[in-house]
Amino acid sequence: MDQFLYGLPVIGLVFEFVGYLVAVLPLIAPIILKASTPIAFAALCGVMCERTGVVNIGIEGTMLVSAFVGWTAGVYLAPVLGTEAGPVFGASAALVAALVLALLAGVLVSLVHAWLSISVRADQIISGTIINIAALGITGYLIALLAQSSPTGAGQFKAWTPPDTLTDLPFVGWIFDTLLGQGPLTISLLVIVVVFQIALFRTRWGLRSRAVGEHPRAAETVGINVVRLRYRNVLVGGVLAGLGGAFLSMEGTAVFQQDMAAGRGFIGLAAMIVGRWTPLGAFGAALLFASSGGIAQSILIAPPPGQLGEIMLSLPPQFFDAVPYLVTIIILAGVVGRSVPPAADGQPYERESAT
Amino acid sequence: MTARLRRLWRLLALPLLAIFLSVIVGSIVIIASEWLVSGELKPGLAIDAFSALVEGSVGSERAIVNTLVNTMPLLLGGLSVGLAFKGGLFNIGGYGQFLMGALGSVIVGVQLRESPAIIAIPAALAAGMLFGAVWGFIPGALKALSGAHEVVTTIMLNFIALAVLAAAVNGPLTVQGSTSPITPDVGNAALPIIIGRNGHIGLIYAPLMAVLYGWLLFRTTRGFEIRIAGSSPDAARYAGMSPKRLIIWTMSAAGLLSGMAGATDLLGTTHQMASTYGTTVGFDSIAVALLGRTSPIGIVLSALLFGALRTGSASMQIQAGVPAELVGVLQATILFFLVASPVIARLFRIRGARTGLDESTTITSTYGGEATIR
Repeated sequence: MDQFLYGLPVIGLVFEFVGYLVAVLPLIAPIILKASTPIAFAALCGVMCERTGVVNIGIEGTMLVSAFVGWTAGVYLAPVLGTEAGPVFGASAALVAALVLALLAGVLVSLVHAWLSISVRADQIISGTIINIAALGITGYLIALLAQSSPTGAGQFKAWTPPDTLTDLPFVGWIFDTLLGQGPLTISLLVIVVVFQIALFRTRWGLRSRAVGEHPRAAETVGINVVRLRYRNVLVGGVLAGLGGAFLSMEGTAVFQQDMAAGRGFIGLAAMIVGRWTPLGAFGAALLFASSGGIAQSILIAPPPGQLGEIMLSLPPQFFDAVPYLVTIIILAGVVGRSVPPAADGQPYERESAT
Repeated sequence: MTARLRRLWRLLALPLLAIFLSVIVGSIVIIASEWLVSGELKPGLAIDAFSALVEGSVGSERAIVNTLVNTMPLLLGGLSVGLAFKGGLFNIGGYGQFLMGALGSVIVGVQLRESPAIIAIPAALAAGMLFGAVWGFIPGALKALSGAHEVVTTIMLNFIALAVLAAAVNGPLTVQGSTSPITPDVGNAALPIIIGRNGHIGLIYAPLMAVLYGWLLFRTTRGFEIRIAGSSPDAARYAGMSPKRLIIWTMSAAGLLSGMAGATDLLGTTHQMASTYGTTVGFDSIAVALLGRTSPIGIVLSALLFGALRTGSASMQIQAGVPAELVGVLQATILFFLVASPVIARLFRIRGARTGLDESTTITSTYGGEATIR
C-alpha cells in the first residue's frame, strides 16, 4: 500500500505534507493563533458592520490609528501612571489606560465612517478608502515627528502561563497551551468570537441587525430604528478594530511603526468573506490565512525531509504571503461555493418622507 | 457669459473649497503637533512650511520639471481610476496594476537594454501596459462572470502583485553579486530626456492619454456605452449593450493605464527595480480621480496639484522641519471635505453646486447580493 501511494508522486507528496503538518502543529499553533488575532478582529469588525448593511473598507486605517494611539498614549502615560507590572498579563496602569484610549480612537474613527456613510449617505467604499488614506497620512506624519525624540512606550501585555496540570495533559495539552498561553487581547478574541456568534444568531439584537442588513425598509416598518442600529453597530465595530490595532502595538510588539497594519485590515475583509459573514467562520478563515505564514516559518526552520522538503524550500517565500489572497479570489470566483453578502450591504438608507 | 461662469463656479466651488479647507486643517495640524512635541507654540511654522512647499514645487525651473515628472504617473493613474468610475466600477487595484506595469517594463527593458532605443522603449512600455491590462482584466472578468465585487478582488490582487514583484526581484531578476536584491538598469529602454535634468518623454505622451481619454469617453460609441453602463446599468441593458463585455473592457483599459503609469515611473525615473519598489501612486490615483471628478481636465489639474505636493514635501521637510508625510494629511482632508460635500455645500451656502460622483451609486449597488450582473 505504502509503495503504491508513493508510486503516485503527487498523492505521496500530499500525504507527506499532511503528516508534516500534523507533526509540527503543536509547535506552530501558538504562532498561528497570535498572527491571526489582528486579522480576526478586523474580520469581526467587518461582520459587525456589513451585517447591518454598512461596508467598511476603512478597517485597515482604523486599526492603524488605534495601534498608534495605544502606543503613543503609553509614551505619555508611562511617567504619570507608572509601568509597574500588575498581577495578570504584566498589565501596568499606564498600559491599561493606553488600551482604553486605543479603543476610544477606534470608536472615533468609526464615528467618522458612520457619519459619512449613514448620515451624509456618501459612498461607503469611498468613505472607507479615505479613512485608510487619512490614517496612513496622519499616523505617518505624527510618528515621524515623535520619532525625533526616540521615546519609549509603556511596554506590552505579557502572555499568561496556564497551569502545568493542563498543559502537561497527553495529546491535548498543547491545545490548552495554545489557547491559554496568550496575551489578554488574544484570549479576549476567543471569548468575543463565541459571544458574537451567539449574539448574532440567537438574540433579539442579532435578529434586528441582520434584518437591517438584509431589508432595512421592512425592518423600519416593524419599528426598528435603522439609523440608530447602524450607528451603534459600526461604533462597536470600531472597538473590535481597535482591539486588533492595539494588539499590533501593545501585545504583538511594544512599538509603533509606520504602516504597521500592513494589509491586515484588508486580509480581515477577505476572512470575513471566506467566513461568509459569520463570526466563527471569519475567525476560522483568519486562522487559515495566518497558518500560511506559520507554515512558511516552520519550513524555513525545520523543513520536511526528502523530496517534499526540497520542493517546499524551492518555493519563493513570497508564495506563502500570497496564498490567503489567492484563496479569497478563488472563493469569490465561485469555485468553492458562493459567498453572498447581506442584501442591503453598502446601500445608504433614506427614511421614507412622511408625506 | 454669466451662465457659463456660473456653471464653472458650480463645478469648481467644492473642489476649491476642499483644497482651501485642507490648507487650514494642515496648518492647525502643523502648529498643534509642534506644540505637542516641543511644547512651543509657533504659528509662523505653518506659513514657513507652506511657502517651502510652494517654493519646492514651482519655485524654480528644476522644481517645475520635478513636479511635472511626479505628475505623470499620477495623471495616468488618475485616468485609470477615473475611467473605471465612469463605467460604475471602483478600481482600487491601481496599486497592483502599477506594480505589475513596472515589473513588465523592467523585465523587457532589462532584456533589451542593449538594443536600439527605438525598439527597446516601445517594447518595454508595451510590456508594462500589457501586464497592467492583465491585472485589470482579472477583476473585470471575475465581476462579469461570477459577480465578485471588484473592490475586494482588486485589493487582493494588489497584495498578490506585491508578492509577485518581491519574488521576481529577489529571484530571477536580481543582479548577480549585488548586496541587496535589485534588477539591472534598463539601459537603452530608459525614456529619453527632453527637458531639464529628468524631464522625460512621458511629459508628452501622458497628457496625450488625457486627450485620448476625453475623446474616448465623449466622442466614441464605446465611451457612450461605458458612461451609460456607469450611470444606469439597467438602461444600458435595455438598450441592448452587454454590461459583462463592458465591465471586462473597462477594467482592462483601466489596468492598461495604471500599468502605463508604472512603466513610466520605472523607465522614466527609477530605471531599475529594488525589491522594496513601491510607491503610493496607485492609491493617490483614487484621490486624483475623485478630486478631478473623473473629467479629463479635472484629472490633469488634480494630478498637477498632487504632483506638486509630492515634489514640494521634500523641501518642506528640509527647510521647515515639517515631516513630508504631511502631504498625506492634506490629501486625506481634501478627500474628506469632498465626500462630505453635501454637508459642506449646505454649511457654506453654495447653491446648486455639484456634489459627489454620479456613478457612485452603481459602485455600491453591485456590492450587496441584491444586484447581480445579468
